Amino acid sequence: MALDSKSDGEKLNFKVIGTRPLRPDGIDKVTGRARFGADMSAPGMLVGLVLRSPHAHARIKSIDTSAAEALTGVHAVVTRADFGAVENEATADVLDNCMAGDKALYDGHAVAAVAATSGKIAKQALKLIEIDYEPLPHVTDVDAAMQPDAPSLHDGRANETVPEGMSPNVMARHEFGHGDIEAGLAQADRVLERTYRTEATHQGYIEPHACLASMGPDGQADLWCCTQGHYMVRNTCAEILGIEQGQLRVTASEIGGGFGGKTTVFLEPVALKLAQKSGRPVKMVMSRAEVLRATGPTASSSIDVRIGMTKDGRITAGFAELRYQGGAYPGSPVDMGSMSAFAPYDLENVKTVGWDVVTNRPKQAAYRAPGAPMAAFAVESAIDELAKGFGLDPLEVRLKNAAREGTRASYGPTYPAIGLEATLRKAKDHPHWSAPLGPNQGRGVACGFWFNFGGDTCVSLNITPDGTVTLSEGNPDIGGSRASMSMMAAEELGIPYDKVRTVIADTGSLGQNEVTDGSRVTFAVGLATIEAARAAKREMCKRAAMVWGIDEEAVVWEDGAAKPAGPNAGDHEPMSLAEIAAIASNTGGPIAGHFEVNAEGAGVSFATHMVDTEVDPDTGAVKILRYTVFQDAGKAVHPSYVEGQFQGGAVQGIGWALNEEYIYGEDGILQNPGFLDYRIPVASDLPMIDTVILEIPNPGHPYGVRGVGETSIVPPLAAVANAVSEAAGVRMTALPMSPPRVLAAIQSENG
Amino acid sequence: MVQVKVFGSLTSATDGRSEVNIDASTLRELLDGLAEQYPAIKPQLERGISVAIDGKVYNDSWFTPIHEDSEVVLLARLKGG
Repeated sequence: MALDSKSDGEKLNFKVIGTRPLRPDGIDKVTGRARFGADMSAPGMLVGLVLRSPHAHARIKSIDTSAAEALTGVHAVVTRADFGAVENEATADVLDNCMAGDKALYDGHAVAAVAATSGKIAKQALKLIEIDYEPLPHVTDVDAAMQPDAPSLHDGRANETVPEGMSPNVMARHEFGHGDIEAGLAQADRVLERTYRTEATHQGYIEPHACLASMGPDGQADLWCCTQGHYMVRNTCAEILGIEQGQLRVTASEIGGGFGGKTTVFLEPVALKLAQKSGRPVKMVMSRAEVLRATGPTASSSIDVRIGMTKDGRITAGFAELRYQGGAYPGSPVDMGSMSAFAPYDLENVKTVGWDVVTNRPKQAAYRAPGAPMAAFAVESAIDELAKGFGLDPLEVRLKNAAREGTRASYGPTYPAIGLEATLRKAKDHPHWSAPLGPNQGRGVACGFWFNFGGDTCVSLNITPDGTVTLSEGNPDIGGSRASMSMMAAEELGIPYDKVRTVIADTGSLGQNEVTDGSRVTFAVGLATIEAARAAKREMCKRAAMVWGIDEEAVVWEDGAAKPAGPNAGDHEPMSLAEIAAIASNTGGPIAGHFEVNAEGAGVSFATHMVDTEVDPDTGAVKILRYTVFQDAGKAVHPSYVEGQFQGGAVQGIGWALNEEYIYGEDGILQNPGFLDYRIPVASDLPMIDTVILEIPNPGHPYGVRGVGETSIVPPLAAVANAVSEAAGVRMTALPMSPPRVLAAIQSENG
Repeated sequence: MVQVKVFGSLTSATDGRSEVNIDASTLRELLDGLAEQYPAIKPQLERGISVAIDGKVYNDSWFTPIHEDSEVVLLARLKGG
């Protein structure tokens, strides 16, 4: 449904929107009352554990579970043989990732699971499962996997876009762009060609995956789990287990971070199968090592860029060939990387080619703006190098080439009004840009783009008899949606924020809701909340009209009360929401508002990041000195949460740029499956991340809201690389820029 | 008749054309028309596709209106995290 018609511009003087009320989940989280995935329990509950492959690639010749099944206290053992066939190819891959079929495809791939009365017995049982593996050659590097003679994971799965003769690990080819690259490059004063590499990084959520499954002999099942989308969990598990969606009720727990990594299932179908087989509830909780070995990191990448620029800073052509490995199954986000690589720029000649490649690594999962940060790292690094090579101001060069309203985007469509130029001008005028730098220090800037989307959304807003309001939404709150939904409902109803409580309903209580992803929730669920509140207001006006004996059209809603529309409607005292609620039983029954929509047409989003770094020339260690984010939020409903999204994206990007990486040994085994060796940034590594929120209203939302959750992770890889390159005096083209890598680059540059 | 821009890797399914004309006034008619005129495009349609109509991106809403002068651009199916 197109949403332009809902853009009413009525609310210009907000009373609640734009304020910073206390977050509704704050006390629960700091006191330990909040119930995360691992906090659920049920009478008679068993403990479920997974046996994982110790090989990077191996044929599973046989599995003998008899000794494990005979162990006292073991109630169920499952292998792939317990699951039926799944027709849909993408879902079949999800099942294969949850429980291996004929082959174990990566170190940590699930091959069997047990449910027992205690964790100790379950661990003992895992040791009793005998698996006869035939180890196979493996490949974990994207460029190696593309060689024609590389070990093959799957034969015959390349789609129709892949030319003949390529490695069977190449699953798909994507191409976007317009114009004539060679003609454009010929107009340039300099053509820069570089290859950039990024390593796989994990979303790094603090809460490991956890769930509790229960299934009765009548087939009715319940599942509690930490997820970004419990409707997705319901639908996927129902498809895998061959049960009806209506028979499976899924309740989302409080969630300790997701960042895209909890947009699929890993344990849930296994827990349900164990529960079905044992007849008892089964709880499963991953260890940190399991999270890192077997849940989706993002893709690693290898990207060739060719960009031509005139000496006055105009880009004449941009080309990128992107190679992403997405683990053992098709579906790396190289298509998104290919579409977004040059999206911030107005280019006459632009082309990207993306290759989706499989390797013996865990199946990648979405990670905030999936695919875009690596592409931006390559393109923004090249633009920076060209600009500095001509002695030009890198912000001015970006302004000279910035996409604006009317620009044909590199991925095809013509942009409506967009906010990139505004973020660049804010950055240029900011004191950070002109602050002095010391020795061994450098400053970097980079731009980023993300699409954003909406999707299926269903909310229900109920007026209680005492005049408070409960709002049920179907999206787990990972970024403050309970606060922002309560604020939008309060704004629309004209009541205080603390009179609205928003809850995350289970799958039995609302219609289908898309996953909490795509920066969609504040936009789409917010839109639905406003419309549900408007429906409730219409009903309350109708009830007041009944009491006053006038036409409902003669009643308006203002400042939290129904009022006569004008003198002709009669002289009636306003009736507040609470007064109307108190007599609801007398005027027709409970009052509620609902709204259901596929909220399409969400607007795109841009950001500019600026960072100062200091490099220790003796060790290669990098310190982040100062960081400022400039991003368009459309309208910041709760500015503290918006700032948090900006800061969180920047910090995750800093980790990706400086330290985080999946390190595989020659044997294809992950070497660093723990937070000691896989190092995410912590508070002591970072300065305060400053934020500048721009508010350019999104015409597709009643209050002008634009999604902000993902764009902020797109620029930091390049911004940090540009700053480190300046500080170190050598161009860094591979991430992470860990101390050994930076030191080696400095030493190589200095001969 | 609306003019539809086709991205590079999909042009092998449209006889090499980066722009095709489809008789459609809604998104559903557009998708049906593409599949009928260019059957080789069906695998991509089945995997999923997004369509930008006058600068806004749509995934599923069949009855989104498309006007003769609308800018219509096929995109890879959007993903998010």
